[in-house]
Amino acid sequence: MKYTEEHEWLRPEGDIVTVGITKHATTQLGDIVFVELPEVGATVSKGDEIVVIESVKAASEIMAPLDGEVTEVNTDLADNPALANEDATGAGWFFKIKPSDPSQMDECLDEDAYNALIG
Amino acid sequence: MGEPLRTPLHALHVELGARMVVFAGYEMPLQYPMGVMQEHLHTRARAGLFDVSHMGQVILRADSTAAAAEALETLVPVDVAGLAEGRQRYGLFTDDSGGLLDDLMLANRGDHLFLVVNAARKAHDLAHLRTLQGVEVHEITDRALLALQGPAAEAVLADLAPEAADMRFMDVATLTLEGAECWVSRSGYTGEDGYEISVPADRAEALARRLLAHGDVAPIGLGARDSLRLEAGLCLYGHDIDESTTPAEAALGWAIQKVRRRDGARAGGFPGAETILRELADGPARRRVGLRPEGRAPMREGVPLYAGADDDTPVGRITSGGFGPTVGGPVAMGYVPAELAAPGTVVHGELRGKRLPLTVTALPFTPANFKR
Repeated sequence: MKYTEEHEWLRPEGDIVTVGITKHATTQLGDIVFVELPEVGATVSKGDEIVVIESVKAASEIMAPLDGEVTEVNTDLADNPALANEDATGAGWFFKIKPSDPSQMDECLDEDAYNALIG
Repeated sequence: MGEPLRTPLHALHVELGARMVVFAGYEMPLQYPMGVMQEHLHTRARAGLFDVSHMGQVILRADSTAAAAEALETLVPVDVAGLAEGRQRYGLFTDDSGGLLDDLMLANRGDHLFLVVNAARKAHDLAHLRTLQGVEVHEITDRALLALQGPAAEAVLADLAPEAADMRFMDVATLTLEGAECWVSRSGYTGEDGYEISVPADRAEALARRLLAHGDVAPIGLGARDSLRLEAGLCLYGHDIDESTTPAEAALGWAIQKVRRRDGARAGGFPGAETILRELADGPARRRVGLRPEGRAPMREGVPLYAGADDDTPVGRITSGGFGPTVGGPVAMGYVPAELAAPGTVVHGELRGKRLPLTVTALPFTPANFKR
């Protein structure tokens, strides 16, 4: 698993990468009550704001961690946003992306680097 | 501003694992490990303990309590003179244009009036009160203020002082709790039954620990305090009401008793009376209403409201909004023109560039649970 400084996790499987936000992020955000996901088939660029998360406290945006095409979104999460709090790296995943430049994965943080980031 | 102030319960909040934030110059608990959602639901189901020591506690004395009441009536459009000993009432400070300078609680405690004002308006309100002739204004700085709210509050407090159970909504009394002389009112800011407890600062932690030792009581932070009051349709000063809003616009006409209205025995005599009483009689041009956004996305303070989905000019804005855990969806309050204020009317809010419908809804969103 790889991570970004924006507290996303990326799990590559074949040529598809599943993306969510870390337990640390969901703890900081508090109870998540609404998630707006991108459209399947959308072509996105790294840094595009493609997900909106609303917690009881505030709205936050999640950026595309890689260039690529969104191949699937977690419709269960849209119906039950609390999944992101309950199982951040499992059932609370956000979307799957097919990277157009898989080498961008190398720019992501490994687990040690991410853990160092969040102290 | 300098260093943020701390309440007498600061160490307890930290011990309980609270996430602290600075609010109105005080370090306050935003939430505890339970989290905002569960804290909110716990308060509605059982009981929550809130530290509201940042709020201003003020005693007014004059030659007589009647004289103090008469003087205070020159600043608030409320029947203070008719407030019986042992009773509390919601009040408003108004300005010459009919706007709201603050909202407050005022109680007749026999030989004095006791006021609770908003933390952020404390300095303003004290200076405002000190303009009154013949009235001694005493800010209480050696007491904490706790709120115990929720359906279990009565049983919990009656364990410490059985008289608590005999109090009705908006009664005030002096009770001995954990050996401390406490000034207690049966009121709150959640829409639930409960009490607000002024306790000597050096006894506050012991009382809080005693209340928290009860299995029904959990500590509750400012996050859930805000969602609870929003579902209850209660105004937050500086957001839902301020100098630019009048009592009638804010749907707070109920706080102005007949005796202070046109043809009342003590009609007018407060700042902005002409505007305020005319609007109460004729109806305001705009009104604070409850709003239920369609779907799940919360619409928060500042979202512009449009009459039609494609209109260019907003007709109002949201002043408070978020997720209502008891409602199970987004809730908001805001101002709309009077012709759009009827429950059932659909207006449109702009969220992230999209126009989404909201339905005007009667307040409160959740039924009040007071002991009348």
